[in-house]
Amino acid sequence: MKILVCISHVPDTTSKINFTDNDSKFDSNGVQYVINPYDEFALTRAMWFKEKQGATVTVVNVGNVSTEPTLRKALAIGADDAIRVNAEPTDGFAVAKELAEVVKNGGFNLVLAGKESSDYNGGMVPGMLAALLDFSFVNACIGLEIEGEKATISREIDGGKEILSSNLPLIIAGQKGLVEEKDLRIPNMRGIMMARKKPLTVVEPINSEAATSIISFEKQAAKAACKMVDADNVDELIRLLHNEAKVI
Amino acid sequence: MSVLVFAETSEGKFKKSAFEVTSYGKKVAEQLGTNVVVLTINSNEPTLLYMYGAEKVLNVSNDALRTFNAKVYANIIKQAAEKENSKLVIIDSNANAIYLAPTLAVNLSAGYASNVVALPTSTSPFTLKRKTFSNKAFNYTELTTDCKVISLAKNSFGLVENKVDGNVEEFSPQLIESGLTSTSVEQTTGKVTIADADVVVSGGRGLKGPENWGMIEELADVFGAATACSKPVSDLGWRPHSEHVGQTGKPVASNLYVAVGISGAIQHLAGVNSSKVKVVINTDPEAPFFKAADYGIIGDAFEVVPKLIEKLKEFKANNA
Repeated sequence: MKILVCISHVPDTTSKINFTDNDSKFDSNGVQYVINPYDEFALTRAMWFKEKQGATVTVVNVGNVSTEPTLRKALAIGADDAIRVNAEPTDGFAVAKELAEVVKNGGFNLVLAGKESSDYNGGMVPGMLAALLDFSFVNACIGLEIEGEKATISREIDGGKEILSSNLPLIIAGQKGLVEEKDLRIPNMRGIMMARKKPLTVVEPINSEAATSIISFEKQAAKAACKMVDADNVDELIRLLHNEAKVI
Repeated sequence: MSVLVFAETSEGKFKKSAFEVTSYGKKVAEQLGTNVVVLTINSNEPTLLYMYGAEKVLNVSNDALRTFNAKVYANIIKQAAEKENSKLVIIDSNANAIYLAPTLAVNLSAGYASNVVALPTSTSPFTLKRKTFSNKAFNYTELTTDCKVISLAKNSFGLVENKVDGNVEEFSPQLIESGLTSTSVEQTTGKVTIADADVVVSGGRGLKGPENWGMIEELADVFGAATACSKPVSDLGWRPHSEHVGQTGKPVASNLYVAVGISGAIQHLAGVNSSKVKVVINTDPEAPFFKAADYGIIGDAFEVVPKLIEKLKEFKANNA
């Protein structure tokens, strides 16, 4: 089994979000970057397949040189090698087309990704990649088992779950449940040392065309102060919810 | 050209979001000076869509489509878009819709914008306001392709009544093979889901243990709400993962969100930002959640929640 794990390089979830250049760009000043939390579930599941079923695990990112520490972190967690497609990831469709080349050239038969990135939240790259390659695709994946060529996949649906089966090749967009939070791995010193020697290949993009472009950003509007209600006077809360907020 | 809306059904019934996305599609069609066509699959009552402006409804009736399949559904929407010469397809943001959307976008060579929260700010260029950075901000995205797919964020537009004299046309698309087989579906019925709930009642570590969730469930019952929890609570195994709301859990876009014993970490706030009204009950007056809330009570959940249940029952009885 040849696994490709798509890694998005995103601001740490605790980051303050600010914009520069007349609100046209994300302000990365002082921001720590991490592996996209949804991708971490995918990577951890891939490590399981490597350790228990002898799969090889390659990680990939579409981005400029600044994303390499994030790929090195994935290598330190245990991936075998890394690929960086040297392009600005401006749009999901363009990123999916770049990744399709990587999958074709590398002969991967299982692609694991997060269901969305925690920065742009597009939720489109894995599904588009599957459609471009004509691979089976499962979104919001919360469980994956592989036996030979056959995959059993659970996906979260509104109010429950669905179990699906498919043959490889397959692409899944994962989230918590694919592995548990406690199973996520922090790179140890040995992993970090080994990661330095693992191959990180830079490939040039096919310069796929974007279908969308972001013109500007806007922060959430400042909130009015919270109205405090006395703990002995919950009637007042009900009155406010009914008369003022009109939600009950 | 027309605007095509996909209105999802569950067991033959429209979800609330089906009416929201139809309301939205009607307004976008007006902006573009064209008409709206609504596609639905196995609906028991397609004429309900007239109330929200659907002039024409394409209804597909086929037992083979009882179980959702993203690839097959995306292909049907594509066939409908081609038949109606639609260059703009609008879907909601339920689990099934966002599953099929990327496939549909590739099928149509369309630019795709998810998490859209408002009518286009401009139709030429076609520009949309979207949620981004896990609800911490918005962006304005231009779709540059001829064909476009957009997914409307839940509860961002609302239902707009706009009754028209519509017509329903039966539509029989070709069904493709998918390679993916659904072997079972487990779904809780009769319980409000976080995705569909108007009110969500959520508990945090302040509740001290899973044995104390009875009052959260009771409060949710009185509100007609779904129950949810913070990340630490689901990590500790007090509640199932499916209840975890926050940046890496489920997003909540309800009308009312009641947080009990949740301090309000930035990741939690990101996940509930889209809720319209937030009530916080916490013993700690310094809890960051108070800064993001609309109404707050500083107090012990074990005293405040039972009182709230009692008073709310009285209120419901008087306003029934």
